[in-house]
Amino acid sequence: MQRLSRRNRMLVLAIGGMLVAIYCVPIWSIHLVAPQYPEGLGMYLWAGKITGHGPYDLQNINLLNHYIGMAPIVEASIPEFLFMPYILGYMVAGAVATFWYPRRFMVYLGMINLLLVGLASFYDFWRWEYNYGHNLNPEAPISIPGMAYQPPLLGCKQLLNITSCSWPHVGGILLCVVGLGLSFILVTEYVQRKSNV
Amino acid sequence: MKTYLLVFAALCCIGACGRSMSDENILAIDAAEKVYVAPGEKDEFYWFMSGGYSGQVTVYGIPSGRLLKTIPVFSQFPENGYGYEEETKEMLMTSHGHVVWGDAHHPEVSLTRGEQDGRWLFINENNTPRIARIDLRRFETAEIIEIPNAAGNHASPFLTENTEYLMAATRFSVPVPQRDVPIASAKEGTFKGTISMVKVDGDTGEMSLALQVLVPGFNYDISHCGKGPSHDWCFFSTYNTEQAYKMLEIEASQNDKDYTLAFNWVLAEQCVDDGKAKAFPGVYYHNVHPSNHAVVSEKQSGVTMLDPVDCPGMLFFLPTPKSPHGTDVDPSGEYIVSGGKLATVIPVHSFKKFAQAITDPGNIITSIEGIPVLKYASTLAGEVEKPCLGPLHTEFDGNGYAYTSCFISSEVIKWKLGTWEVVDRIPAYYSIGHLSIAGGDSSKPIGKYLLSLNKITKDRYLPVGPELSQSAQLYDISGRKMQLLLDFPTTGEPHYAQGVPASLIADKVEKIFPLDENNHPSATKKEADARVERDGQTVHVYMTSIRSHFKPDTVDVKVGDRVYFHITNLEQDYDIDHGFAIFGAGAPNLLIMPGETKTIQYQASKPGIYPFYCTDFCSALHQEMQQYLRVTP
Repeated sequence: MQRLSRRNRMLVLAIGGMLVAIYCVPIWSIHLVAPQYPEGLGMYLWAGKITGHGPYDLQNINLLNHYIGMAPIVEASIPEFLFMPYILGYMVAGAVATFWYPRRFMVYLGMINLLLVGLASFYDFWRWEYNYGHNLNPEAPISIPGMAYQPPLLGCKQLLNITSCSWPHVGGILLCVVGLGLSFILVTEYVQRKSNV
Repeated sequence: MKTYLLVFAALCCIGACGRSMSDENILAIDAAEKVYVAPGEKDEFYWFMSGGYSGQVTVYGIPSGRLLKTIPVFSQFPENGYGYEEETKEMLMTSHGHVVWGDAHHPEVSLTRGEQDGRWLFINENNTPRIARIDLRRFETAEIIEIPNAAGNHASPFLTENTEYLMAATRFSVPVPQRDVPIASAKEGTFKGTISMVKVDGDTGEMSLALQVLVPGFNYDISHCGKGPSHDWCFFSTYNTEQAYKMLEIEASQNDKDYTLAFNWVLAEQCVDDGKAKAFPGVYYHNVHPSNHAVVSEKQSGVTMLDPVDCPGMLFFLPTPKSPHGTDVDPSGEYIVSGGKLATVIPVHSFKKFAQAITDPGNIITSIEGIPVLKYASTLAGEVEKPCLGPLHTEFDGNGYAYTSCFISSEVIKWKLGTWEVVDRIPAYYSIGHLSIAGGDSSKPIGKYLLSLNKITKDRYLPVGPELSQSAQLYDISGRKMQLLLDFPTTGEPHYAQGVPASLIADKVEKIFPLDENNHPSATKKEADARVERDGQTVHVYMTSIRSHFKPDTVDVKVGDRVYFHITNLEQDYDIDHGFAIFGAGAPNLLIMPGETKTIQYQASKPGIYPFYCTDFCSALHQEMQQYLRVTP
């Protein structure tokens, strides 16, 4: 049962802080640009909500989407926003527990946890995007045989007149930093154990 | 020998022609670069031009000379329903009933400490005396106040240094209060003029008629208020001091000198506070158009009238040659420049000398209806000699130079304050009236561009029949010599104009009307609330519009019904407006901005099926935005 170094213990605390910060910033951003929308339209995915880049963006995205029969994007229809904050809370609790009980295996657990949550989130995000892009109202005014409107998971994609880009926002970047921080702890602890042996 | 000379002359000519051609090309390229605003780029200045007999205000981008917008003010505007629809119909209400046309002359941008603040634009209506306030956040007419006891609201609306008041003086003298008298009795002084002080609320911009001053029955013309040391004073030009009532072109051109009327408005306030003013009859309308609401139109009765006899020291006449048209105050507030249409010099009065002169009774040569007339020399700073023919208006560049428009010789002259010498002149095409420099009548002019607003167009553009638009020229005045940059047609007849740096306005302009702030009593904020309500023969249709349909889907009414369509545009997207027009309706279409509610009246008179549709191409399915009104017997 290896104890963490003092520095790594502090780093665990910092990771906990970063996880808390994710509550206050968007995790992901989807940005749409079209000839008629040179300034773009966009939405932010937060741990517990979805908002537009501007106050009316979400309404306007839904207005555009109704032409192709895409289901309206409304927070209430996405249950993930209800439990995502608890998952994040669970991770924060893990960081705090590790700080009080600074053992190496705790960091391993945290890392596994993060990877699992990350993979699950990506899959879930892809699934929503797939459903939005494929389950179209057959009565929609614009219907192009064979055309689906699934937004990109990561990166940019041209969908008719709209260039749609999907990138992590501050919260997403923080999650990456959390992953890097955990890796750093594991690597340095490993190196130290080797040199101790 | 003769042959040699001819050849030599021909060679010289070719050489000279060749050089001048290339110089011209270089100048043209230089001018083109200065006015070129690349696609997607924006102009440096908004330039607000009065529409003259169109009754509206047009907004141009400068230096490109592109028309950005027509703001309807004093005239109905079928393009968007202004003055027809229920919300703005009462904007044109006056004590003479609905007056649906106006003659708009002098835009003035609100001032703070003598500098443009870009909040409101005020403009006068000459024919049925009124002043309008345009809100420069939404570029809409927000308010119109009628001026009673006045005819010809031409010397208006001139602002005091902090927009405390707008001054409005009368061009036509009439009996005050109005009554029937023989017209020829004008000569005996039965006609009067008035100066109105319209107070402007510093926070809301709302106007109120604070005071009127009864003045001799001359004709009052373009004016300006002082700044800095002359803050307390306003200066009005006068013509027809002969008080002629016919053939003015002859009879009003007899006096060698008319007057500049100096008016101490701070003292006027004091005299009112001291109880020197009297209640006086006067009926007028005050119409306020709050954002996204119907106009509130109120009839007002009674004014506060001050007779100059009861407030000594408030008014002085400064003799000024001859039939002056414009009075302009330089940025420092020291020089008062008068443009005498028929004068051979441009006289410049000194405020310092004037302030000194009024303390010495020896300078008073006579008095008119109790108003002292000062010696010409006692207030004169200097005269610009042999300036041009028909000097009218002067603006300033803030670098010690003044620019005067000259109608008869059709040119702009540049002259130096203090030395009074003309340093440059350049033609205008043709017969320039006003000229305009951004902030050119404020205490902080921007001496970069000068706009000439001309009365005669003739051959400047492709011929389009006998009726031509007016023309404007843009000059670069940043150098020692003025340079003509651009020549473009304008709408209506721009008299005066105001240039304002885009940076003062552009970032604050509203893009939509937020739906959650829409408190219009007839608003329908969601489709589920769209409905038809009947009250006897009056039917209210609470309708929504959004890409690309109206709700309710269809509307049924009966012959004889008066139907009010209250339409709310549910969009919250910049520049996604919807129109609304009904087949056979007696009113024009409505243009409804995102989040806005507008109402149009429809009289159901013949049974049948009447399509209504969106008139403003809104989306890929705009053409499908069409529905039916059924009128049953």
